[in-house]
Amino acid sequence: MRRSNLKAHLLRPQFAALAAVLFINWLLFPGFFAITWQDGRFFGSVIDVLNRGAPVAILAIGMTAVIATRGVDLSVGAVMAISGAVAAVMVSDGTPAVVAVAVALSAGLVCGLWNGVLVTYLDIQPIIATLVLMVAGRGLAQLVTEGSIVTFADPLLIYIGTGSLLGLPMPVVIAAVLMLLATLAVRRTALGLLIEAVGVNRSAARFAGISSRLLLLLVYTFAGFCAAISGLIVAGDIRGADANNAGLWMELDAILAVVIGGTSLLGGRFSIPMSVVGALIIQAMNTGILISGFSPQFNLVVKSAVIILILVLQSPMAAQWIARRTTAAERTPR
Amino acid sequence: MNRALRPLIATTLIFALAYVAAVLQYPSMLSTRVLGNFLTDNAFLGIAAVGMTFVIISGGIDLSVGAVIGFTTVLIATLIMWAGLHPFAAFAVALGVAALFGAVMGAAIHYLKVPSFIVTLAGMFLARGGASVLSPDSIGIKHEVYTAISRSYILLPGGGRLTVIGLVMLAVFAVGIILAHRTRFGSYVYALGGSETSAALMGVPVARTTVLVYTLSATLAGLAGIVFSLYTSAGYSLSALGVELDAIAAVVIGGTLLTGGYGFIAGTFIGVMLQGLVQTYIVFDGTLSSWWTKIVIGGLLFLFILLQRLVFSASSPKGKVFWKT
Repeated sequence: MRRSNLKAHLLRPQFAALAAVLFINWLLFPGFFAITWQDGRFFGSVIDVLNRGAPVAILAIGMTAVIATRGVDLSVGAVMAISGAVAAVMVSDGTPAVVAVAVALSAGLVCGLWNGVLVTYLDIQPIIATLVLMVAGRGLAQLVTEGSIVTFADPLLIYIGTGSLLGLPMPVVIAAVLMLLATLAVRRTALGLLIEAVGVNRSAARFAGISSRLLLLLVYTFAGFCAAISGLIVAGDIRGADANNAGLWMELDAILAVVIGGTSLLGGRFSIPMSVVGALIIQAMNTGILISGFSPQFNLVVKSAVIILILVLQSPMAAQWIARRTTAAERTPR
Repeated sequence: MNRALRPLIATTLIFALAYVAAVLQYPSMLSTRVLGNFLTDNAFLGIAAVGMTFVIISGGIDLSVGAVIGFTTVLIATLIMWAGLHPFAAFAVALGVAALFGAVMGAAIHYLKVPSFIVTLAGMFLARGGASVLSPDSIGIKHEVYTAISRSYILLPGGGRLTVIGLVMLAVFAVGIILAHRTRFGSYVYALGGSETSAALMGVPVARTTVLVYTLSATLAGLAGIVFSLYTSAGYSLSALGVELDAIAAVVIGGTLLTGGYGFIAGTFIGVMLQGLVQTYIVFDGTLSSWWTKIVIGGLLFLFILLQRLVFSASSPKGKVFWKT
């Protein structure tokens, strides 16, 4: 990547927003940026933001690809619950953890494939197609756990949720690796271009010779896979699978992260790293509200205020207004 | 037979078959008591689903209804218990606040050109957050009006009780059917869902209709909140969690197309009743756990989406695409 390009990336409003949120956090809590080394890993509020933000960031990576095809996946929260439940139940039945993780990830793949089949072969609108699994998925997860919260003490699963690699929490490492691989896959191959083509105009893409069905299947399956990883992290973190609450409302956070990251909901323009930045902005706000001593209830109000602000800024009306301002400024002699 | 009514007939037929099957297994389900409870237990869902039907026919979606119900219950509880307002005054305030909320969302959707899905998502966060800022805890409502309303009912033959909130739901459905099929506003909503551009070219006031549709949906969600607070005698910020999904499911099961422009209010009624039937059946059975409700409703949703596709591809003469991709 060229240097000027990188600079332009860093000047995006999302980074300014992240910096602003972190700055406010620092004002509220002067020790915010302090990082200590203890027991072979880093500790500190910033690390905590990264760690807590990782599950949503991972969801957002898959969601970005889906939204880029002008779709949406509402079922990721339920898929998280399913994958956590599958892993927890298998481990507590004595299955080796590696097998349990593999089966949980495949469960996510199957869920994603189901969504993809509904969207492509049955031509159902994405919101509705994934709504089916969103409603039924949590029930399926409860079916797997038989309605109880299944706890486990398996070292591998706990390591996925709370362990550390090179001093960084495992969820952060997983999210970073996934982000890197996904970004390379879409930007170093034609995949990203094809996804954008399908997002802009599916029939035009088909006439251009892109097998849009295969691509959509791939994208939804990938979103399911990401959700399964996220589900494993959340289950490993609490050392148990809670079918009712694991990943509850996370699909909305993930969509919000993608929108904050500047991916167009109308398809065709997307950026996976920016969605991850979006997830970090959300988490930094959450942490800020918590450490400032406000009750967590303000979280939702602040979140909605941020969405409204972004929507107003992204709207055509604001674009017109800015365009008028800049042309007016150019006309006035300096 | 009118082709346009096929999905409605299919839904009604499936409900009748499911009910007959349930009655064959548990004969006591065929009583006015059970039917009366269907109405009472699902009153808030039904009222919210009417508003959702209008929104979906207009080609949008409203994810904020559950949150508005929760917010309304808390607002009413605080107004009655802390501010000492008379319940009817509190109801009026709550409806006003909900209507304003919907109008603002509708205006945002139209003027900012943002998908309804995102605007109402923000609305959902705002309403839930606002409710928990008002009071994070559940507030019990004690007032003679509440006890009077919950005690009054019409006795049906066979011992069934038609409660006030059940009657409110039936009235909302009746008004909704008239509004959708017999008024200019109703035609505007259908036109908007068919194609916004064509509707605008035909002279439909798009801005006003969009704002009104979301105002209607939020007001009905507010009414559903009032009914919910009468039903539970409490205000709680987390009440009616996920009702928006149940309402969407009821609308889809009722034969309304999610792409807009086509649907029935009466179908939504059957959709709500079918969900009530699933819940009641699981209660009657006793051995099935409550999570089966979710799986069955998800399965029904899938079945009806599939059915709609089959019916539409069979009835459309030249394979006209009814599902925009």
